Amino acid sequence: MTTTETAPVIPLPARAATTLTGLGALATAASAALPWTWTSDFPGDLTYTGAPAGLQWLAIAAGVLTLVLLLATQGTPGLRWAAPTRSNNAVLLAATGALAVAAYSVTAITVELGGLANLEPGGWILAGGGLLTVLGALGLPLDRRTAVPVRILDKRLFLLLPAAPLGWYGAHAIPDDQPVAPVMTALSGALAIAAGAVLLLQLGHLANSWLRLGKADRPLPPPRRLPSWVEVLVIIAAFGAGLYAITFGIDTEYGELFTGYLLLAALVAAALTRSGLITRLRTLTVQHRPVTTGAAFAAAASFPFTQSSDQYTSVATNILIFATVALGLNIVVGLAGLLDLGYVAFLGVGAYAAALVSGSPASPIHVQFPFWAAMLTGAAVSMVFGVLIGAPTLRLRGDYLAIVTLGFGEIFRITMLNLNGTTGPKVTNGSNGIPRIPDLEILGFDLGKPHTVAGIELGRFSNYYLLMLLVTALVVLVFARVGNSRIGRAWVAIREDETAAEAMGINGFRLKLLAFALGACLAGLAGTVQAHVSYTVTPDQYTFADALPPNSAFLLAAVILGGMGTISGPLVGATLLFLIPKKLEFLSDYQLLAFGAALIVLMRVRPEGLIPNRRRQLEFHEAATPAPPTGEPTALTKAGA
Amino acid sequence: MTTAAAPLLDVTGVTMRFGGLTAVNDVSLTVGEGEIIGLIGPNGAGKTTFFNCLTGLYVPTEGSVRYRGTLLPPKPHLVTQAGIARTFQNIRLFANMTVLENVLVGRHTRTREGVFSAILRGPGYHRAEREGREKAMELLAFTGLAEKADHLARNLPYGEQRKLEIARALASEPGLLLLDEPTAGMNPQETRAAEELVFAIRDKGVSILVIEHDMRFIFNLCDRTAVLVQGEKIVEGDRETVQTDERVITAYLGAPLEGTTPAVTETDQ
Repeated sequence: MTTTETAPVIPLPARAATTLTGLGALATAASAALPWTWTSDFPGDLTYTGAPAGLQWLAIAAGVLTLVLLLATQGTPGLRWAAPTRSNNAVLLAATGALAVAAYSVTAITVELGGLANLEPGGWILAGGGLLTVLGALGLPLDRRTAVPVRILDKRLFLLLPAAPLGWYGAHAIPDDQPVAPVMTALSGALAIAAGAVLLLQLGHLANSWLRLGKADRPLPPPRRLPSWVEVLVIIAAFGAGLYAITFGIDTEYGELFTGYLLLAALVAAALTRSGLITRLRTLTVQHRPVTTGAAFAAAASFPFTQSSDQYTSVATNILIFATVALGLNIVVGLAGLLDLGYVAFLGVGAYAAALVSGSPASPIHVQFPFWAAMLTGAAVSMVFGVLIGAPTLRLRGDYLAIVTLGFGEIFRITMLNLNGTTGPKVTNGSNGIPRIPDLEILGFDLGKPHTVAGIELGRFSNYYLLMLLVTALVVLVFARVGNSRIGRAWVAIREDETAAEAMGINGFRLKLLAFALGACLAGLAGTVQAHVSYTVTPDQYTFADALPPNSAFLLAAVILGGMGTISGPLVGATLLFLIPKKLEFLSDYQLLAFGAALIVLMRVRPEGLIPNRRRQLEFHEAATPAPPTGEPTALTKAGA
Repeated sequence: MTTAAAPLLDVTGVTMRFGGLTAVNDVSLTVGEGEIIGLIGPNGAGKTTFFNCLTGLYVPTEGSVRYRGTLLPPKPHLVTQAGIARTFQNIRLFANMTVLENVLVGRHTRTREGVFSAILRGPGYHRAEREGREKAMELLAFTGLAEKADHLARNLPYGEQRKLEIARALASEPGLLLLDEPTAGMNPQETRAAEELVFAIRDKGVSILVIEHDMRFIFNLCDRTAVLVQGEKIVEGDRETVQTDERVITAYLGAPLEGTTPAVTETDQ
């Protein structure tokens, strides 16, 4: 058991620390009013006085949030709600957010424009402000563990440090025309990355034992009773803010801004969690569940109305498709515990089924089903495939199932490639796919044409976004209701212990098949919309792994990263997994590397996922959570009395 | 104690072979309504294998198992549906579900609500769910776990996990309960409480077949006790019969030095 104390890291007088943090936060926010650099070459044009843009907005947000949290923990009347736990660690996290934005912006400007000379006074103020904020926050009384032993990595690992430059030298000493040159380059690259990782890890350990930041048990004071309508307003405001934050992320126009946004968002989320605000909000949402559901749906539905063009609604539509399929996979993986590595094939089955009956001139079946019939067809065909694949394989347990589903995913793709008229019957046009899928028309409403609603023009993707949102809502409803029922409990029981579940009268095979079929059906449903959104279905949209989602590997990652068995988990996970590769295209060759590294770090820090299921959180952090009180006088059993 | 004309459970000549190994050899046993029957034997005697033959986990190589006169299907979930519930020697709870959810899973065979019912949530669904919860809470009160309904099963102390396993098994409304070493790892007080619990279950009209190592526990509880040694039932009867039987003493305390184990196996074959 670790014990915690409340003490500053840097011994500063309390007043000085507070003032320093406050001034730093102010400076960070204020620097946005000044130009950070002299040239508009840096994306976003940060050269204006009094007109913040791009990264400067992030600096303002970070500075203001730090200031609010600081005032809240100091007990300023009127702001206390912002930090119910009064934890200064929240301030430190927000301050770190400010520093992260500052450091990232300054570095990006320096590197991209070539030198510190490109910084204008605003940039220097930003850097100084960020540093001051964190220094000040480190002087606040923080929750810290009393003792963290210094961990030194295995000494042999440090041999990599001299090996990296040697490898680099070696790679350059060999002329490029030598056949071993590429091998040596790859080798020295790997050495350099490994050496960097070792250094970072060791620095992390050192910083950890110096900072000793911990989590003290800070009981939340009971919330002030607010009138019901105020609580409802708070929920609506929270979802409004959430919508704004997510819209900002989706609308980021260049990778630099998105990286800064991601850094800040992660640290702000951590800060708000530590301040207790998230817990408060969660309590409220539990009390007003219908309002919460309605607000979440309304916030999501109002996204297209915040957009002036179709540029980002197309991204949002694809996020929704990806997230919906991830939620369907969550039934199979998160509830029933069946590892499905070929899940994207069911999306493909639904998409192909819808494309074949869409009336596309390239489809060999010359019929055009109305929308509802096409949707039912896609879902039904997908479900049939789910049963066909599941029936023989679900008698297998664990690893074997994973291998079989992996095989199925590939078989689907290759079959679609081969049904091209030469290597098989002419159904799918092989690698050309089925193009020119007409736009949907629902009750005379053409989704392919822009419509004006309430003075705002909704383009094609906006229409599909709203349609897809309905599908997502349906899938959420199915997941929530089935998951919390006799069937859902049986699934979880099978996941936990199949033998015991069968001994409780659960027909394991049938229920696993049901999970498989329902999951397939929901993916197929999403697939029918996807076919119309993307005009074309081709086999290579449905691979096992690719740099861009949706593919089976990313779907699984979205479920696990977001949080297995939850609703919001896969939605958040899918959003991140879609946006990160999309926005980080500027990293080009290193994109997947950075992405993989980020995944490893995330799973190391939060194995239970971003939004953990209550159960799984207990599972992974049992040591950290106090066990429920068992010391209470054991009630004499009725039988024992 | 009188045995009903048609016994509740009628096991005749059950033999279980794994390749060349005969784990259970020609064992017959009956359990009547309202009886508590004990099954003892040294480690590796085939008690749990015998249990697994009864519950459909294994299909016996030879012999038949009848429950209320009908042949039991060789599938665990069908056996449970027919009315035989069991607990496990090494506790097998659904560790990451709450105590209440564990019991609700036990009620699976006694409820019918399917996927569509769950999605549509009609009045029937709500009624079934409410009834299920009430019955589950009753069982938790019966076993003394009502206050821990919302705890995760994994966080219960050992003795309560055993009780929860029993509550979960009872949730399927069985006519016969098979307990596999219900007091393993318990201290004397807990064992006594378990005895009381077994009697209380019998009083609810559930017959019990129990495997145990704790002799005092077995002889306090059981109307009849069968002894299994190396897969064969060597004796069955009341306390006196079993305790005075030569072969039982040999099996537990060992034979005199000359006729040690190899000799016994030879005569067996």
